[in-house]
Amino acid sequence: MQTLFLRGPSATLRMFILVIISLALMTIDHRWKHLDAVRNTLSYLLYPVEYVVDLPIRLYYWSEETLSTQQDLLNENRQLKDLQLQSRVQLQKLDILEKENERLRKLLSATPKTTEDHLIAEIVAVDVDPYRHFIVLNKGSNDDAYIGQPIIDAHGVMGQIVFVNAMTSTAMLISDVSHAIPVQIDRTGLRSVAFGTGQTDYLDLRHIPHNADIRVGDKLISSGLGERFPRNYPVAMITKINRDTGETFINVRAEPLAQLDTSREVLLVWTQNHEKPTPELDQPVQAPEKEAVEETAEEAVEEVAEETADGDE
Amino acid sequence: MATSNLKIASLSLFVAFMLTIMPLPEWVVEFRPDWVTLVLIYWAMALPARTGVTIAWLAGLMLDVSHGAILGQNALGLMLVIYIVHIQHQRLRVASLVQQAIVVFFLLLLKQLIVLWVSGIVGHAPHTWLYFMPTITGAMLWPWIYIIMRDMRRKFGYNVNY
Repeated sequence: MQTLFLRGPSATLRMFILVIISLALMTIDHRWKHLDAVRNTLSYLLYPVEYVVDLPIRLYYWSEETLSTQQDLLNENRQLKDLQLQSRVQLQKLDILEKENERLRKLLSATPKTTEDHLIAEIVAVDVDPYRHFIVLNKGSNDDAYIGQPIIDAHGVMGQIVFVNAMTSTAMLISDVSHAIPVQIDRTGLRSVAFGTGQTDYLDLRHIPHNADIRVGDKLISSGLGERFPRNYPVAMITKINRDTGETFINVRAEPLAQLDTSREVLLVWTQNHEKPTPELDQPVQAPEKEAVEETAEEAVEEVAEETADGDE
Repeated sequence: MATSNLKIASLSLFVAFMLTIMPLPEWVVEFRPDWVTLVLIYWAMALPARTGVTIAWLAGLMLDVSHGAILGQNALGLMLVIYIVHIQHQRLRVASLVQQAIVVFFLLLLKQLIVLWVSGIVGHAPHTWLYFMPTITGAMLWPWIYIIMRDMRRKFGYNVNY
């Protein structure tokens, strides 16, 4: 017969000590957020679990790539080439606009627009709390991710990083109940803040007066106020406006443009406040864009033409 | 002897963590039982000398990290649940599976309430009754979890009869 307690203090005493430690931890974590080291250490223990859970999904993607037929790959290649051509055409225009913008900004002696660095991160297929909108990314402090870093997908702003570990990081989506992002209607420039609602299909715009010029279908872009999100990234599309005259403000709902629940790959963005220390890393992402724009000869011609046109005016 | 039990206990805990973060279709996510708590309740009943409040507290801390919750939230709830199982394990062991399931229901409810209480203080408590679904699914699954874990322990672990 073994005794119940092999050694050390009794379970009751330990329980009381741990209750006190828990309360202290929660207070410190909530008030001062100084427990990143503890979180990091524990996340190392959690990493194998996340790895094993994500493994079948990664295997699926891998096998899909490896086992696809040549015909499929050729088709995909053709589609991508078409898409790239279209993007290039659009980029030509964009580059001209950007240069024009820069010139105008110089004329106004405004601060020049800074460019951002990007890095592709993959979403690790793990579910966290069903009542919080968190995703786990496969990039962490080893890749210079930082707390508060914005993440975007091909369609718009997705959210921001809230915890950074060495190999992974956790990001909060813009639809989380405790998230808010400063936005602006791109048609009118009206500023507002889009609050997450806990639903992936809509955000709430608050404090918009009754006489505001706002319509269903208006696009919301990030305003860059608050200095966390970069400016001018698409965020959401207004889907519903409820003008109840009894209320002080109108009730506006907007659907996020980013595919919050289906994206597999996201972009980490380094803004001007947080420059990326190692510029080599972003080469694969940025280099093709620059080339695509710079190698087109028409662009230069068009620009000259435009400059003369500007001069005529 | 105890090492093989310890191996099975850690393995089952690893699987419990896997099940906790495994992606599921959206409509079942809210029904996902609290695997880690269930597995720890079993081990606190079966091996009370090995599965104490400290282990439970550390497992809860890991849950907090994986959920992105306030550190200590799940740890506190899980630790208190395991403390109750720990001091009552001799009564719980002789109870029938249905009686055990009822007790497990209240234990899971206690943990959910503690977590909810902390979430409420911090300011993001979920506003839906579905929040308590894991308590019900967990209690309903208890007999199967108990039988599977017991058979695993008997087959692979050393059978300690105390």
